[in-house]
Amino acid sequence: MAVVAASGRGHAAAAWRTTLRDRPIIPLIGLLALLVLAIEAADFGIVTPEWAGVIVRASIPLAILAGCQTLTMLTGGIDLSVASVASMAGFVTATLVNSPGGVAQGIVVVLVAAALVGLVNGVGVGVFRVHPLITTLGMSFVVDGLANVWQLQTVQTGAGVPPVLRTMGSGIVGDVVPYSLVVFVPLAAAIMLGLRRTGYGRLLFAIGDNPVAARLSGVRSWQVLVVLYVISALMAAIAGLLISGLTNTASVTLVDTSLLPSVAAAVIGGTSIFGGRGGFGGTMVGALILTVLSALITVLGMPEPTNQVVFGSIIVIVAAAYTRVTSES
Amino acid sequence: MGAMTIATTGLVLEATGISKTYGAVVALKSASLAVRPGEVHALMGANGAGKSTLVKILTGAVRPDGGSIAVRGRQRTVHSPAEARHGGLVSVYQDPAIIPDLDIRANLRLTETRLEPFRHWLAEFGLADLDLSSLARRLPLASLRIIDLARALAIEPDVLMLDEMTAALPANLTERVLEVIGGMRGGDRSVVFISHRMSEIGSVCDRATVLREGETVGVVDVTAGSEERIVDLMLGQIVEQVIPQAEHAAARDETLPPRMSVQGLSQGTRLHDVSFDVHPGEVLGVVALEGQGQDELFQILSGARRPSSGQIVVDGTSVSFRHPADAIRAGLVYVAADRAEALLMQRSVRENIALPFIARIGRWGLIDLHREGRTVDEAVSRLQIDARAGNEVRRLSGGNQQKVTIARWVAGGVHTMLCFDPTRGIDIRTKQQIYVLLRELAEAGAAVLLYTSELKEVQLVCDRAIVIFGGQVVAEIDRADADEATLLHAAYHLQSGAALPQELAATAVEATGGEEPAAATHEPEVPA
Repeated sequence: MAVVAASGRGHAAAAWRTTLRDRPIIPLIGLLALLVLAIEAADFGIVTPEWAGVIVRASIPLAILAGCQTLTMLTGGIDLSVASVASMAGFVTATLVNSPGGVAQGIVVVLVAAALVGLVNGVGVGVFRVHPLITTLGMSFVVDGLANVWQLQTVQTGAGVPPVLRTMGSGIVGDVVPYSLVVFVPLAAAIMLGLRRTGYGRLLFAIGDNPVAARLSGVRSWQVLVVLYVISALMAAIAGLLISGLTNTASVTLVDTSLLPSVAAAVIGGTSIFGGRGGFGGTMVGALILTVLSALITVLGMPEPTNQVVFGSIIVIVAAAYTRVTSES
Repeated sequence: MGAMTIATTGLVLEATGISKTYGAVVALKSASLAVRPGEVHALMGANGAGKSTLVKILTGAVRPDGGSIAVRGRQRTVHSPAEARHGGLVSVYQDPAIIPDLDIRANLRLTETRLEPFRHWLAEFGLADLDLSSLARRLPLASLRIIDLARALAIEPDVLMLDEMTAALPANLTERVLEVIGGMRGGDRSVVFISHRMSEIGSVCDRATVLREGETVGVVDVTAGSEERIVDLMLGQIVEQVIPQAEHAAARDETLPPRMSVQGLSQGTRLHDVSFDVHPGEVLGVVALEGQGQDELFQILSGARRPSSGQIVVDGTSVSFRHPADAIRAGLVYVAADRAEALLMQRSVRENIALPFIARIGRWGLIDLHREGRTVDEAVSRLQIDARAGNEVRRLSGGNQQKVTIARWVAGGVHTMLCFDPTRGIDIRTKQQIYVLLRELAEAGAAVLLYTSELKEVQLVCDRAIVIFGGQVVAEIDRADADEATLLHAAYHLQSGAALPQELAATAVEATGGEEPAAATHEPEVPA
């Protein structure tokens, strides 16, 4: 049955399907371009380098949070605690501005706290085999609760978002290049290189594709998963710091509305929620698409809830498209 | 079932020019199948010939790219199994299509099956007193298979398709099923019968359609001597007897200490006090009927399960495995029969082969792609893997997939290989390549433990064989004596030398808990 089929129309259709399945980033960039054209049509002259800088700046924290979802979804998991961890990170850093160690101390405390949350997630998922959905949802409540306790303790000492975070999160060099790229570019490069060229990255795909096969090949998945959820929580904390700098806000619920968009960006970017398929390249484009989409909705003067309807519809449509091209029959 | 307008052809089912491609792979080129009224028609073909694709197309599970299907002379386009059923085509598979959380009556209602004929067929199979309100999941699997068949018969389809339906039935039920199918001959309805057992084909089928590489290559009247002709058609140009009957007696060196020594291994009720040695340079066969504890033995040796007592000594050191990684570190690598268990189906051939290299925490860092590529390429060419569809292993043929699971271990160098029925369900050419490879590994100093359900493999590949029955080692047979008849006797725990009457075989099957032994499918052959 190994005969190569080569015939005109069927071949073209097959090639298109293959592109969509193996390189979803190409059609995604096409979709992004369409959206940019649409926003330009809706408000002539709006698309400028400065506008692009603002869009990229807004996309970066979302792309990092979506990165958490991408990495966990590759193993067949998900991380629903990212929003809580991110909010906690921004808030706690702000409360520690006046501490002896200043901002640096705040960031260290926050990263350690995030790593602990990730450790609990990882042990829950990897060692106790609780479903990631449940584990991370539970941890998000725990983190929310602890952040609220912290808020009650420190209500008087809070001193606002430190300037260095404001610069990091919202600064734009020459009105075009967002400062946060300093954080994002190395992080994105590390994720993409890690997924493609390291043994650890391969194992994420392997566990998501077939955990039994991974085990029989000698992979101890709990080790992989514990490290994974720690990485995810650390990334969430970094995103939280950027968001609090971007919005100049420190609040324990700041990032809550970004949780579902973070999942959406990963799904739109071609990462399968069932594991074993996807990557960070698509996720970055997915985050840009969602940011441009909400800009478009704002430009069109539609009310905020429209955003939700459109987001939801896009996710379902894109997911359906992926299911069609990735199924074999 | 509609009006009985018999068209000019007089055929119940006529499929012509059926084609189907998956991406670059052609599953069916031009398959045809013509079934006359009242006949039992065998559909034969080696693995990958397109049998299962054709059945899926006929029953509406897969849509063909081209060709036509006519039932009783009327064209049919079948989009779903339900449509196929209304069109007079019903199929029964090895796994019963019954919803476990519903009772039997509700399951029948799902397919609009009438109760009287269903009860009639149940009685035919000796299940007259089945309680229809019992939950499907509470019934034994064999009963569910029979229920599935009785339901199909009760629908009174024009064509009943049985796809490997008898493969997992106990012997006594298989006999009943064959009788019932035989009884349908000469009537108005027909049966399409798929089975790997030539004896079943011979006993119930009138004609056989043979597929090879996606094409119908012949239709044969099934008579006394037609087996040879069917096999010839299935094999095509491939000459079967190229298996090197290597002079491999010298490979084993008894003076060397054993590579692996299994001492008094027990596991619950399944395995009792199993002991044996495997030496470097030796292929040790394991022969057993299905369910005699060989599964547990291999799981323990591969680190997937812990024994309740006993010990494993590798190269003189006692080892205990908590995880497959421990077994791999001790040099025990495992090739599973179930490729879905061993492969990352969405990943590439390369990643699948390289998976064990990166498993250890110390190897999580950057991959030396150049070195990895070389190792993988070597393994691919050594095993002659056809990696054209190598981006995703799921698009490879079964034989190539199995080679990937072996290549994974060969690439890293083999000390001790545990093969659990590695040639199950793959084509004959790949089987031969695997035989040759196992011999080569042994000659290079590896120890190989090979469980096989195909008895003739023992003499082809093994130096000697142990026979497990009821969780115990009951015999050890040297290669010279390990002909199929001897092995089968030993597997049934009978005294060798005596003839093996079928009734005795059936009794032995019942005694072992009703599971049909795989070994029974290979009756001792009289040399031609």
